[in-house]
Amino acid sequence: MKKTYLLEDLCCANCAAAIERGVAKIEGVKSASVSFLTTKLVVEAEEEGYDEVFKQIQKVVKKTEPDVTIKEI
Amino acid sequence: MKKRVRRLIISGVLFVAALVTGFLMPESWVKPAAFLLAYGVTAYKVLFKAVRNISYGKIFDENFLMAVASIGAFIIGEYPEAVAVMLFYQVGELFEDYAVGKSRKSIADLMNIRPDYANLKQADGTVEKVDPDQVKPGDIIVVRPGEKVPLDGVVLTGNSMVDTAALTGESVPRDVCEGSEILSGCINLNGLLEVRVTREFGESTVNKILELVENATSQKAKTENFITRFAAVYTPAVVITAAVLAVIPPLVAEGAVFSDWLYRALNFLVVSCPCALVISVPLGFFGGIGAASKIGVLVKGSNYLEAAAYAEYVVMDKTGTLTKGVFEVEKIMPRGELGKEEILRLAAAAESNSSHPISQSLLRAFGAEITSQISDVEEIAGHGVCAAVDGRHVLAGNNKLMELKGISYEEVSEAGTVVHVAADGQYCGYILIADQLKEDAAHAVAGLKAAGIRTVMLTGDSESAAQAVGAKLGIDRIFAQLLPEDKVRKVEELLAAKSEKGRLVFVGDGINDAPVLARADVGVAMGGLGSDAAIEAADVVIMHDEPSKLLELMRIAKKTLSVVRQNIVFALGVKLLVLILSALGFANMWAAVFADVGVSMIAIINSMRVLKIK
Repeated sequence: MKKTYLLEDLCCANCAAAIERGVAKIEGVKSASVSFLTTKLVVEAEEEGYDEVFKQIQKVVKKTEPDVTIKEI
Repeated sequence: MKKRVRRLIISGVLFVAALVTGFLMPESWVKPAAFLLAYGVTAYKVLFKAVRNISYGKIFDENFLMAVASIGAFIIGEYPEAVAVMLFYQVGELFEDYAVGKSRKSIADLMNIRPDYANLKQADGTVEKVDPDQVKPGDIIVVRPGEKVPLDGVVLTGNSMVDTAALTGESVPRDVCEGSEILSGCINLNGLLEVRVTREFGESTVNKILELVENATSQKAKTENFITRFAAVYTPAVVITAAVLAVIPPLVAEGAVFSDWLYRALNFLVVSCPCALVISVPLGFFGGIGAASKIGVLVKGSNYLEAAAYAEYVVMDKTGTLTKGVFEVEKIMPRGELGKEEILRLAAAAESNSSHPISQSLLRAFGAEITSQISDVEEIAGHGVCAAVDGRHVLAGNNKLMELKGISYEEVSEAGTVVHVAADGQYCGYILIADQLKEDAAHAVAGLKAAGIRTVMLTGDSESAAQAVGAKLGIDRIFAQLLPEDKVRKVEELLAAKSEKGRLVFVGDGINDAPVLARADVGVAMGGLGSDAAIEAADVVIMHDEPSKLLELMRIAKKTLSVVRQNIVFALGVKLLVLILSALGFANMWAAVFADVGVSMIAIINSMRVLKIK
């Protein structure tokens, strides 16, 4: 399953890379990609137990870049 | 943004005032006080963020690094440096945001082809503005002059010119009339059109293109991945070195002063931010993808743009890629009393009732209405046609027809389809019909060869047809009479033969060659406009039917890569140099600020050049 999120107020390229690395490490996530230019996070993950995965994603984003808000699109 | 600019201007003024004060009263208490005021105004936001982010558990945060560096500088009495670090760091951030905002806006401009509404015609004849999403296939929409065509469809009524530049990069408007197919994303220029929708919005051309471009930046190039991995190691490494530098030498070396080494360590912290690198690489690739889409070439990811720059082999399909895939009369060779015009007229008239592609090309070449009296038409399958045209008994067909009717004819060895023509038992000559080369095919092949790329042509056609085209274009290697699976095998052979670094680019028309497109390092589909299968299967889509766009794509790819490389070498070089000089005590904090902010700015400006490639 593929999900796309908008990362609002993402303004540092290194943080985008850090979020990408962090999200990719979450268990249940197959792949993650953050495009700094479109400020989009694309996550490929298992459908089952995704709620928990999403919580982890939010956590990673908050920790890496507290200014960013994550929005589902 | 404006608020930030104002705050930075005030900071700048206070900083200059403090510098002047320090110059006039170097020994007075007023000097540190003036700098402290300037520092406070400049730095409070960064300091606040640094503290807040630590509470979130974020280490090696750039706010934190800058805070430590500047406070450290203040403590050891380097007041101007302390303020300057903060001031320029923020000026740099502001500039970065501006540049990124600008690049994002250029994406948005690209996305401008997204239609906002559709004029849906209701059952009672009234027109209602609706979201393009709500329109179903079979519905009728009205497109007024100046409006974007919101959905793919067929024109029911009206004539107009449409601008397809946003889709193809082609600047000449296209004519549409009743019955023409029309694609979403075009702009209707002058006439009122009623269009019957053929595909829903999700499946429409415009939506496919938008999705493609939006997702392009998520497929990252090797260079990009390298730099983000590098950044993850770089910052901690520099910070740890800084800590070692501050503590060890004063303890070990004789006569080493702590404040001196601390200053060197603080320089390290300023240089440790990897943003210049991390930002300029994707920005460069994005610029390249943007520049390509401006000329009607859609690239599905930075990785493909990177691979295109390393092209060693370009393998091309013949029909539909190098040739038009449309059969046209190439020449007429009279062998009797009748002239060229007359031979063509007789042949076209005799074949005028046939729907065979050969007949169609004869009629196209004749170009005018057939006014002759035609009767007694007899089509002999696999041979040709006999007919009475204006009272003359005309034969038009291949060798077999001539033999069947006992007419001596000229053997032709040229590539193409030969139509012999005879009238009243007399051989008149022959018409040669062949697939036509695209106008820019020769230019494209010559350009590729000039760039040192080996060109290969694959085709399912006969050896003689392939050799004729290959010789005309000067293609290096030609493989003919291939079945689709043979094409895959040939591409695999070439993949094995190429050098380690070189890449293989395959160009096809997207029909029947999906397996080859997938197997090649870069699969390029040509004439993607309106063809879903091609857009789906390929890595790069050339929207307009021009093989020479390949040259432009490679030029953009090479330029992009060279800009990206310049940035990496420049940013790493300057940072490394400043780190070494700082460790040895030769560089001051001003140099460190330049290595951080200055380098970022220069790298960004350099990246933005790519978007301007024409």
